[in-house]
Amino acid sequence: MLRALRLTRPIGDRTYQDLRWRFVVLPAVFGATAIAVCLIAPLIGPTPISLRAVIDPTIPFANNVDAQIFFIARLPRTMAGALVGGALAAAGVVLQALLRNPLATPFTLGISAGASLGAMLIIILGAPAWLAGFPLVPVASFAGALGAVASVYALARFRRQGLSTNVLLLAGVTLNSIFSAIIMFVQYFADYTESFRAIRYLMGNLDVSSYTPILSALPLLGLAFGTFAWLPRSLNLLTLGPESAGARGVDVIKTQRLAFFSASLATGAAVALGGPIGFVGIIVPHIVRLLVGADHRIVLPASACLGAAFLVSCDVAARTILSPMELPVGVITAMLGGPFFLWLLARKR
Amino acid sequence: MLRADDLSFAYGRTEVLHGVSFRVPTGGLTGILGPNGSGKTTLLKLLAGLLSPSKGSVWIGEDEVDVSQRSRRALALQMALVPQETQLAFDYSVLEITLMGRYPHLGPLELESPGDLHVARAALAATGTAGLEQRPFSTLSGGEKQRVIIASALAQLAPSRNAKNVVASVPSVLLLDEPTASLDLSYQLEVAATLRALNIDRATAMVVSTHDLNFAASVCRDLVILRGGQVLEAGPTEEVLTAKNIRAAYDVEVDVKPHAVARHLTVVPIARVPSGIA
Repeated sequence: MLRALRLTRPIGDRTYQDLRWRFVVLPAVFGATAIAVCLIAPLIGPTPISLRAVIDPTIPFANNVDAQIFFIARLPRTMAGALVGGALAAAGVVLQALLRNPLATPFTLGISAGASLGAMLIIILGAPAWLAGFPLVPVASFAGALGAVASVYALARFRRQGLSTNVLLLAGVTLNSIFSAIIMFVQYFADYTESFRAIRYLMGNLDVSSYTPILSALPLLGLAFGTFAWLPRSLNLLTLGPESAGARGVDVIKTQRLAFFSASLATGAAVALGGPIGFVGIIVPHIVRLLVGADHRIVLPASACLGAAFLVSCDVAARTILSPMELPVGVITAMLGGPFFLWLLARKR
Repeated sequence: MLRADDLSFAYGRTEVLHGVSFRVPTGGLTGILGPNGSGKTTLLKLLAGLLSPSKGSVWIGEDEVDVSQRSRRALALQMALVPQETQLAFDYSVLEITLMGRYPHLGPLELESPGDLHVARAALAATGTAGLEQRPFSTLSGGEKQRVIIASALAQLAPSRNAKNVVASVPSVLLLDEPTASLDLSYQLEVAATLRALNIDRATAMVVSTHDLNFAASVCRDLVILRGGQVLEAGPTEEVLTAKNIRAAYDVEVDVKPHAVARHLTVVPIARVPSGIA
């Protein structure tokens, strides 16, 4: 059925113009989808507001309730969803190419477990939420992500032949379980309130309630996405294997390093902002590939856009399904993502 | 042209190649023979600059440039490698795979030009796979895959993006690692015919590693026989492909005869012999 949704004819039928057209139109379509979703999402909620009233220049902002709800209450959350979704989906694409494994996710390498552990320790040790103007939980979770990344990288580094993707995978999976064990250990000794806060964090939450966390994540995400922009052609070749890529002129070690660190940076920043939200990094890239083929020059930007649209939509669902109660967004993505992942596994047979 | 000069290489403390030297002229087609573990694949990786020799060096081109002094990209404009097997993590179309050969010709943010598309299509035509252009690579047979990867290597070596004919190109080097391994008889002949055609038309030095002595006899002008990481014998195929040399390399008693119809030497294995008695 998804095949019927293919936005394009098979590549060989295309003239050169068609080939070019793909690189302009496809990312534009995904980009427009993301922007549309991000504009509509803040309009939905317990108090209905209209976009026309929001952008009406004749009402001063102080009197414009619709604009206040839009910009102060709901837009930060939507932006956080877009950034986290886009970053996780793009990091998923990059890591799948780097590990040459379509089932890899941004969390395969232990990054999310490291981030969770960092955040957890701050919550459970009862440290203050803010220190010197910085929110401590995101900072600690970013530090935890960096710790995990550094240990995995150190383990998988080969002196001259680049990264061993097998060791990367194994080290990541092992680190994940070690960190999870420590998280359980710490949680076991925590009191009820702390434990509850920690579990809430682990479920993922986009309720940032101000622009500050978004602004502090932006430089990190900017650096990650700036690096992503240079990678797609090299990633295409890397999926043929490091030797084929090297023989075709790819600087394999440099590409692997850039891919590894930019994807880790994006994941770390995303987890710091929204908690470890699962499955975005695997569902989105796969849906995009089903729609547009495997070329990373299209898959990477399209996944970032669709990831943003997907997570923002899931968050709207999380806010509205049981309104006025809110579900954690991680529950929604996992309930959609889990079955999809299993379907994907079954389909591979 | 390509020249290996006193190449040695070790994985850790295990030396796999020791003092290997030979030269492949422009337009030459040299086969690398030798038993399993004799260092054929390692030798090809050294020639391709994917591994750095512990001793010795590889020189490429009429101006004899040291391979290790070249950037990967600059080297890829002059030399292409067809690995034994290409496994894709994601499914690309045949045309996409072929266009990937244009990697070293493009900047990181540059799209393929009409010239690149033309080069890729000409390369597919040269390997007899033009009709497969839109097929997903994973649906191809082994022989088709191998020829598409060769096409991708040709697209890589084609110099100008406006070249009318990919087949007339600057001197370049094409390395193939066991191109017929795991192919059935008919595909083996197909790949052999493709290589012979390319070798006649192009100013390319080709190096082919293979286990198939008859395949080597049918396509290679020169042979290098390895044993235990050292060159046992090197020279023109008719002189080197002898029962004595094959026995020394493989510990197998063979019958080597010119074939009247095939017009090349043929090798028929007779029996294993204990090593050391040559």
